[in-house]
Amino acid sequence: MTRPRTIRILLAKPGMDGHDRGAKVVAQALRDAGFEVIYTGLHQTVESIVAAAMQEDVDIIGLSIMSGAHIPISKKLISLMKEKGLDDIMVVVGGVIPNKDIPELKEIGVTGVFPGGTPFDHIVDFLTENVSRN
Amino acid sequence: MGVARYVTDEKGAIKEVVLQSGIQVQSHYGPKDLESRGFDYDQDLGEPGEYPFTRSIHPQGFRSRPWTTRQYTGFGTPEETNERCKLMISHGQTGLNVAFDLPTQMGYDSDDPMAEGEVGRVGMAVDSLKDFEIAFKDIKLDRIGVGLTINAVATIALAMFQAVAEKYGYAKDRISATPQNDILKEMIGRGAWIFPVEPGVKLVCDCIEYAVKELPRANPVSICGYHIRESGATPAQEIGYAILIANAYIDNLIARGLAPDDFVGRFSFNLNVFGNLWEQVAKFRAARKLWAKNLKEKYGVKDKKNLFLRGLFGGGGYGLTKAQPENNIMRGAYYALAAALGGAQTIALCSYDEAYTIPPPHSALISLRTLNLLMDEVGLRDTVDPLAGSYFIESLTLDMEKKIIAEMDQVTEMGGIVKAVADGAIQRLVSRQAYEFERGIQNGELIKIGVNKDADEEAKDVELHEYSYESAEQKIAELRQFKQARDQRAVTESLKELERVVRAGENVMPVLVKCCHAYATVGEMCGIFRQIYGEFKEPVIF
Repeated sequence: MTRPRTIRILLAKPGMDGHDRGAKVVAQALRDAGFEVIYTGLHQTVESIVAAAMQEDVDIIGLSIMSGAHIPISKKLISLMKEKGLDDIMVVVGGVIPNKDIPELKEIGVTGVFPGGTPFDHIVDFLTENVSRN
Repeated sequence: MGVARYVTDEKGAIKEVVLQSGIQVQSHYGPKDLESRGFDYDQDLGEPGEYPFTRSIHPQGFRSRPWTTRQYTGFGTPEETNERCKLMISHGQTGLNVAFDLPTQMGYDSDDPMAEGEVGRVGMAVDSLKDFEIAFKDIKLDRIGVGLTINAVATIALAMFQAVAEKYGYAKDRISATPQNDILKEMIGRGAWIFPVEPGVKLVCDCIEYAVKELPRANPVSICGYHIRESGATPAQEIGYAILIANAYIDNLIARGLAPDDFVGRFSFNLNVFGNLWEQVAKFRAARKLWAKNLKEKYGVKDKKNLFLRGLFGGGGYGLTKAQPENNIMRGAYYALAAALGGAQTIALCSYDEAYTIPPPHSALISLRTLNLLMDEVGLRDTVDPLAGSYFIESLTLDMEKKIIAEMDQVTEMGGIVKAVADGAIQRLVSRQAYEFERGIQNGELIKIGVNKDADEEAKDVELHEYSYESAEQKIAELRQFKQARDQRAVTESLKELERVVRAGENVMPVLVKCCHAYATVGEMCGIFRQIYGEFKEPVIF
């Protein structure tokens, strides 16, 4: 299967949490897998993430959240994306995420959830399959 | 997570061991190995309590000075923090280590829109002196040392601590506070930075300078190799970067006209404990020696006590796993063993559930008991530096020393630690290693029990510390009410004075104490810093 273009993903660190080891590790794994990766850096607001996604014309937004605030942040992000007409961008979330929260995240509109320790291959395959279906 | 790389033959026998720092371990060691490394007892070790302090900073080690314990405590409201602190003290903990929520660490008040959803989440929410009054009520501030885990606005936290002590009748020369106050490591790992490098370092050194002059029992900086290691650095880099960061602060203080002998004795270190046991022990021994040599040879420090590397060796967060969390209790015990064998002054452990949540009292107590057990049941206090003289440990300590020096030289080639942090070169190096490490775990090259070996079919779900929107709302409501009720003129005047001092480039500490006494808020004080200093532009490279 050939893809029309390289998948572009924006990896983002929303909020004040500064633990970016996971985000940077995944950024490198995706880059090595052929993705174009844009990383926002720390301390982003939902507004700045959406603006960066528009500007960079990405296919996917990946949020890295360790603070426990994954549900309110995802909700806020997806509602702002709808407002801006960016519904076609896929949203995935990684970090410290309890399994029991996954159904609620999916309901909000998060396509994929990758708790800490998810194998890189799994993330790469998931993103590749799901983005090409859009 | 910190395991070495192993090469085995077809029968599973180990052929090669490479520690994380890049040191090869031989299958056995003997006198020749010490000889080939030029080992000299007096120069390389010295008696315990004697230069270069490889063996210990005290002649009797834990016999006369058992390590102190300082579990990380503090969450939610000041009331809850006060309760937890008292609980830990009643269980024999000898110092406190206070956690602040992210808005406080980042200099925002609880009612700031930036703080939404974060008030009290990962630590205590502090807006004004009133919160410290509640948190430290009935705690003997002249007896209990208090660690303040805060960096970008450590100045504000230390000033507030002095203010609360004064309020409760403790003179400032009797209180013992240890603000973490290490901004360069925040820029490498942990990420709670606010201002650009230059004002960031200036504030760190304001705090140190003030403590040296006014707070004789405070340890105004805790150099954290810890978080650098958590971000992906090797043990050798952890020590090398920590020493270079300390030197950057020393240089700033010398430029203010202070003599190193007047202040370096007040520096302490926060170092990590996860990983290969032998490598950790060698790391602590080599670190003590290199720090003493650095101070003596580079800075001409003379007073023996000023050459001591004093440290909190502990944590080990990255070594813990979400899978099979109970295993982390055992891991913690081995990490504490490494700290004890390495001659720690203070030990604290991450609790077994800390990989995913703020530890409830039960797990914090298990950590404390682990340390007590090591102290009182298995003989860690019997003799100083029990591994000294081991062909292996002494060879490894010398190898580690060389490796640390090589890492420091590499940073010097990058243009020095301040530049390497400001332009992101260190961050890139460290995160590259973190990536390689993660790949090693995923492809099974590095063993992690419960993760890629002896793993369960189905992982147990994690329970997060529940965030209370009600108590956050209440905190915000109280703050608003409080802002209305305080003497606004006193606040405005103190803040005006702060603005003048910041613009003039003077030491901010004395006026911050005034601001705190006037009940100015963290957000108001930090707001002035923000407005004048601006914010750090993170070099986003990976």
